[in-house]
Amino acid sequence: MTEATENKTSLRARLPAPFRRIDPAVLIAFGCILLLLFLGSLYSSNFLSLEYLLQQLKVASFLGVIAAGMMLVILLGQIDLSVPWVMTMGAMMACAVAGFGTGGMILAIPFGIFCGMVFGLLNGFGVAYMRIPSMIVTLATNVVAQGLMVLYTGGFSPQDSAPEAMRWLATGFIIPGVPNAILVWAAISAAMVFLLTRTTFGRSVYGIGNSERAAYLSGIDTRRIVMIAFAVSGALSAFGGVLLAGYASKAAQAMGDAYLLPSIAAVVLGGTSILGGRGSYLGTVAGVILITLLQSILSVMQMPEAGRQIVYGIVIIVMLLLYGRGPASP
Amino acid sequence: MSEWRYWLNEQRGTLMGLAIFLLMFSVYIANHPAGLTVNVVETAANKGVLLAFIAMAQALVVITAGIDLSVGMIFVLTNCIASWIVVGTPMQTALGVAGVLLAGAACGAINGLLVIYGRLQPIVVTIATGAIYFGVALLLRPFPGGSVNEDLADALTGRLFGTIPTSLVALLVVVLLVWLPFRGSEIGRAAYAAGSSETAAFMSGVPIRRARFAAYTLAGLLAGIGGLFLTFFTYTGEAAFASGSGYTLWSIAAVVLGGVSLYGGRGSAVGAIFGAFAARTTGDMLFVFDVDPLWQPLLQGMVLLVAVSIGAIGLLRVRSRLDWFQ
Repeated sequence: MTEATENKTSLRARLPAPFRRIDPAVLIAFGCILLLLFLGSLYSSNFLSLEYLLQQLKVASFLGVIAAGMMLVILLGQIDLSVPWVMTMGAMMACAVAGFGTGGMILAIPFGIFCGMVFGLLNGFGVAYMRIPSMIVTLATNVVAQGLMVLYTGGFSPQDSAPEAMRWLATGFIIPGVPNAILVWAAISAAMVFLLTRTTFGRSVYGIGNSERAAYLSGIDTRRIVMIAFAVSGALSAFGGVLLAGYASKAAQAMGDAYLLPSIAAVVLGGTSILGGRGSYLGTVAGVILITLLQSILSVMQMPEAGRQIVYGIVIIVMLLLYGRGPASP
Repeated sequence: MSEWRYWLNEQRGTLMGLAIFLLMFSVYIANHPAGLTVNVVETAANKGVLLAFIAMAQALVVITAGIDLSVGMIFVLTNCIASWIVVGTPMQTALGVAGVLLAGAACGAINGLLVIYGRLQPIVVTIATGAIYFGVALLLRPFPGGSVNEDLADALTGRLFGTIPTSLVALLVVVLLVWLPFRGSEIGRAAYAAGSSETAAFMSGVPIRRARFAAYTLAGLLAGIGGLFLTFFTYTGEAAFASGSGYTLWSIAAVVLGGVSLYGGRGSAVGAIFGAFAARTTGDMLFVFDVDPLWQPLLQGMVLLVAVSIGAIGLLRVRSRLDWFQ
């Protein structure tokens, strides 16, 4: 056991300085991305074309925005199960407000995100101040959000279509050839890296994830930090929904269902510990790209849904067995 | 006298679950146009037992401080398997039932092996195995269909002696044959110990690994029984993703309503059953109050939110603020 650790450290010490600090999990995840691209290119050379890669990054950006919020919550050692309907709510509310003339058009995106933040605050209040396990609070708020949206839409797909601004944000181009969604994801990523590594808030998140008691005793207002983290997660989920609605040009019932488990999987595959306190944002980016590529390659290979689910599950387990294992004995 | 108090303390969660259920059910019955008739009880029982089995499965794992997010998918998978093999002569049907239960237990055992011997976190592992189980279910039933031995199905979903819903009797039998022996056994006590404090249990030489493995396997078995009953109710097999994930989420809610601590080591599968019935009654409540069905999810969510907030009252008794942080 110790020998292996020493071996690892000496190996790392020999690497050039910029690589030394990178988590091995992140390296494995990026290695797997290259492997997937290589396997894909054996099947068809289209997989290495620039258009395909940009298209994948665009699809990945929706998951990426959501996973950024999820990561913040997982770093605290909590989990956010309210993603599906907070996301749908963000999309539906943004589309609905856009129906009210010019003022609505301007307020559409901020209002969608605001709704997500309100639910995030509710989650955060339950977890931080009422000390209810996050799994059950976020589960309940998810059902409440679903209830509100079912009531609002009457159970049908809403008729409002996404306003121009939302479509532009998801599918337009500021830089020719690079969809705006990728730029949005890049901006949020840059903000996340800054937040996690350069601010008191970010360092407190890691501290709370390791030991909330110790963080509290060090004078951190842990409850406030936890509540803010959940609010950010809710806002980012809703923003992901807004982007997705812009991409699909309207909001739909259950549009968020397919994003909960992949967002958790992306964060964990990127080397973030589900117990909190450990993980780098770069890993989450790798996890998001990995999952998007995997889904895309399987669908291009025309594998039926059943096979896709099975391969998807097996890949997650194999990757976790590679680097996500806990200590040997309790 | 003091022993009685220990017992009460241990059963507090379960009694709480029972109280929530009784309260909801009596409000439901009091406002039901038909009142407390055999038909009403039978319908309520048949709706509730499915979630009750899944909630029991979840409770077993949660007691060991784990979580199983694949129970709903095992439920769907065993439903699909049952729609293939629980048919034909009584002998074939019996073999089919055994096969379905075995498949459920095998799914649970795979979860257990990965969590305990693979040393992986249960949340993530069961998300992944859930995807695999759903994929297999979809392979078996790309389209809804299949059939089941209808004699057996009708026998198990009807009434015994014209008054008692058979599904409730089946639930009781499962509690007597699976839960009570488990709870009383060395393995079962070890499961509680492992959930309560893994380190202390390890130091005391408690067989933690075997206990947790048994909990995951039995959870798979119980989810399999649930899948079998789903087939008896619907006569078909269907690989429905929404149904699987819905049952998983509601099983967690039921477990919490039934007084099982998500931190492990507290509560019982019987409490989870009451939690499941309480959760189901919430859904039915709107019928009797003649509320627009569109309000149903919202009211269910509100009830859930209020119910879990009740647990926060315990905070008022905390003497040291450090106790806020587990």
